[in-house]
Amino acid sequence: MKFAVIQFPGSNCDQDLVAALRDGFQQQAVLVDYRTADLTDYAAVLLPGGFSYGDYLRGGAIARFAPIMTAVRDFAAAGGLVIGICNGFQILTEAGLLPGVLQQNRSANFICQPAALTVVNNQTSFTKAYQPQQTITLPIAHGEGNYYCDAATLAELKAQRQIAFTYQDNPNGSVADIAGITNRAGNVLGMMPHPERAVEALLGSEDGRGVFQSMLQTLTEKVVPA
Amino acid sequence: MYRAKVYVTYKDSILDPQAEAVKTALHQLDFTELQQLTCGKYFELVLATSKEKAAVAVEQMCQKLLANVNMESYRYELEAC
Repeated sequence: MKFAVIQFPGSNCDQDLVAALRDGFQQQAVLVDYRTADLTDYAAVLLPGGFSYGDYLRGGAIARFAPIMTAVRDFAAAGGLVIGICNGFQILTEAGLLPGVLQQNRSANFICQPAALTVVNNQTSFTKAYQPQQTITLPIAHGEGNYYCDAATLAELKAQRQIAFTYQDNPNGSVADIAGITNRAGNVLGMMPHPERAVEALLGSEDGRGVFQSMLQTLTEKVVPA
Repeated sequence: MYRAKVYVTYKDSILDPQAEAVKTALHQLDFTELQQLTCGKYFELVLATSKEKAAVAVEQMCQKLLANVNMESYRYELEAC
């Protein structure tokens, strides 16, 4: 399957995502320039981590106006799988494709460490390869990963089972320990931890494989011939 | 021509670790009278239009980009220039 990894000016986890998909899953992964406008050929769209546009103004604030984002919006509206990791998550919230916002970590420090997570909902298109309430450990690396939304939005996230991952030991002050959420339709996921950095035991963990495995499973189910 | 001075700050409900760190540093400089400190962003824009249209444009700029209304509030002043 052909995956689109969007390359914004300042993305720095784009190659990691490509490597994870190619070497870890033998999939075709293509770097797609932020100035292009067409995503029709792709099975899924991935927004990598990094510091798009230098995080000017706020993380993701400028990237959301990049030409490719119109195509990302259309792709998501048509039900396509879209995942935003770290800065990609920030871009998705700024673009309004996911609710809430990522603010500065409570400690004001950039945090770079492994984080233990709970897979709160293993029924999503991005988590179905995990066991219910499974504990996984993924690297986090962010200065603005403190998820915030108002009480009404949080209630909605809980009611619709949109919380995919939570931190077991909240590192950044996120509301309700949130590490990753989906949109209401379930085809867009944003998460601060980096699954693409945890697909090989040699590099410390394979716990991130479940995210890509789940996406592949979802995409395979989708194209079942009649 | 109108000059807009836009101020963007965190809402009261949002903890601002940067402001806390700056406040602590000022306390360490013995400014014991310091009670409260707010950090924010400041923008100055010059717009070639009427005052009414400038106000509408600045309002939209704040809503769409300059502030994230999930966590920030904004205010602005308009003056002829």
